[in-house]
Amino acid sequence: MEDSSKVIHAIYTDDDLLMAAVKKVRAERYHIEEIYTPFPVHGLDKAMGLAPTRLAITSFIYGTIGLIVSVVMMNYIMIEDWPQDIGGKPSFSYIENMPAFVPIMFELTVFFAAHLMVITFYLRSKIWPFKKAENPDTRTTDDHFLMEISAGQNVDAQFDMLRNTGAVEVTLIDKAH
Amino acid sequence: MYTISNRLKTFSIILIVLGILGVAYGFMTSHKSLEEVKTMLAEDHSVHGADFVPLTQEHVVRGVENDDDNFHRSGAYDATADVDDMDLETEGMIMDSTAMESSEVHSDNESSGTDVQEHSQTEDAHGMVGEHGEGNQDTHAVHVQEQLAKRPWSALYVAAFFFMMIALGALAFYAINIAAQAGWSPLLMRVMEGITAYLLPGAIIVVVIALGSHYIGHHNEIFIWMNPEVVADDELIQNKSSYLNIPWFVIRAAIFIGGWCTYRYFARKFSIAQDNAEAGDIRNFKKSFRIAAGFLVFFIYTESIMSWDWIMSVDPHWFSTLFGWYVLASMLVSGITVIAMVTIYLKSKGLLPMVNDSHIHDLAKFMFGFSIFWAYLWFSQFMLIWYANIPEEVVYFITRIEDYNLLFFGMLVLNFVFPFLILMNSEYKRIPWFVVMSGVLILVGHYIDVFVMIMPATVGDQWFIGIPEIGSVLLFGGLFMLVVFTSLTKAPLTPKGNPFIKESEHFHY
Repeated sequence: MEDSSKVIHAIYTDDDLLMAAVKKVRAERYHIEEIYTPFPVHGLDKAMGLAPTRLAITSFIYGTIGLIVSVVMMNYIMIEDWPQDIGGKPSFSYIENMPAFVPIMFELTVFFAAHLMVITFYLRSKIWPFKKAENPDTRTTDDHFLMEISAGQNVDAQFDMLRNTGAVEVTLIDKAH
Repeated sequence: MYTISNRLKTFSIILIVLGILGVAYGFMTSHKSLEEVKTMLAEDHSVHGADFVPLTQEHVVRGVENDDDNFHRSGAYDATADVDDMDLETEGMIMDSTAMESSEVHSDNESSGTDVQEHSQTEDAHGMVGEHGEGNQDTHAVHVQEQLAKRPWSALYVAAFFFMMIALGALAFYAINIAAQAGWSPLLMRVMEGITAYLLPGAIIVVVIALGSHYIGHHNEIFIWMNPEVVADDELIQNKSSYLNIPWFVIRAAIFIGGWCTYRYFARKFSIAQDNAEAGDIRNFKKSFRIAAGFLVFFIYTESIMSWDWIMSVDPHWFSTLFGWYVLASMLVSGITVIAMVTIYLKSKGLLPMVNDSHIHDLAKFMFGFSIFWAYLWFSQFMLIWYANIPEEVVYFITRIEDYNLLFFGMLVLNFVFPFLILMNSEYKRIPWFVVMSGVLILVGHYIDVFVMIMPATVGDQWFIGIPEIGSVLLFGGLFMLVVFTSLTKAPLTPKGNPFIKESEHFHY
């Protein structure tokens, strides 16, 4: 695995070209390490063959947790711990006074679902405030698209193939530090 | 061009015939004499009598304890053993007599209970406010007799309104799609136009049933404000009678139906004219855009007023400000559900080749979203009234929770919990049988929704989902299918000239 630290960067100026290139590269069975784009390119994940996100499923679970938290909290506070008569509201059992708790149940469900999902997204994407930016080429934040593929045995053939897909720049990068 | 299949035609005609038989049966069995009602009530209570024995027993035991004290006070002898005997004896004796009495006690309790609940409907109807005892018993029987007479009318009305509401919801959704220049939906426009064809006959039937219940038969009005005897004794309704009177009710209904159906007529006309227009000529499209915008303004006012007229005024003592939106949500979600189901049916026949699963996905998203919107309004109405608990407002929910408990909360499960859980997953929204299944649940739920809005005010606790109710649903369901699918044969199912049709054909999500 002497070549594993070498990658090829191909830069494109158009997202349609990029999509076509991704399909070509995958058809030629090269492994795409990463793609850097300045904006979301619709359908890129499908073209790359990325697995669908499970973020929505985590969000559902977090929402359920939020609902349970609110029910347990209000049941303990309002029904079990100190069941006072507040304005004639029935505090004998949870279900009797439930309509009054629904706004809290709803908000906590949304709160947990939203915030925990965002935090999960940060963790899974490894984003935090003092994170060092991983950007191989600053132009990719503006108007260029960069595809990174691992260099194989025959780098020249890979170069040719990438140039044929319309790449404006193809460079060999040694990632070893 | 779509041609209605013979099987579908026969099927809907069978439904109509079965429905007519069921409705006729309902009318034949609903008019009972006062004596029959009294016997029925007495039988009812002897069945319930068993439930009341423990209650009376408690009374007896308490009575015996008093006796017990008396014995001790008399202090003649140690009476423990005798008291035990006494206990058994009296209990047995009194139980015998109370088994008979309990029915009477119960019926008294119940009649006074319903009197309170029903917000003095009975009393108003018969001007027997102060009378008790025998008079009260009779009033109760008369009241029940009227409720029984109202049942087939109400069953008919609920089913008629339900199917009218589907057509009206589809029309509103259609106008929204045109006014919003939606790019995904033009392929479904003909399906929506087909469904809205039921609006004209459906709405007229609703009004005819409402009036028919007043003019045909005696004391079986769905709307008690139409009954002059009730109004004569009821100051609350008298104060509203400048609004709630039959001529003005009919004029308003004519304005609503006239406005909606005029829009429907022209929208359909422009849509077909656009098909036959030359390429690049979108004058008809622009016209339909303009009238859709105008219609939506007209619709939101008339829908609101219609919901007061045709639903809320069954309880003329009660009012709620968000009622119109609540009915609107019900209407839209059932309209969209039927659009999805008809689309899936036609697609399964290979008649809508360009419709893909993204269109189904979008319709399912609307079903999901509007189900939640309906639940939001249901809860907002319920919770505000429950929380403030003002007697004049809260009777509405007390009757529903006490007499319609299962339906009242069951429809919340059908209309909110099931669609929420079933249609949440993005993958499931693309599977036709999944959408149809949740659509059936939603439609059943919204039928029950209308049922619970109308029935408590007309038949009260005498409700049952039996032959009259099912017959009415079959009757109007069959009529709905016949009208809708006949209308679908009148024009090509895929519109040609719509400027957004290409976008709709390539729509994917």
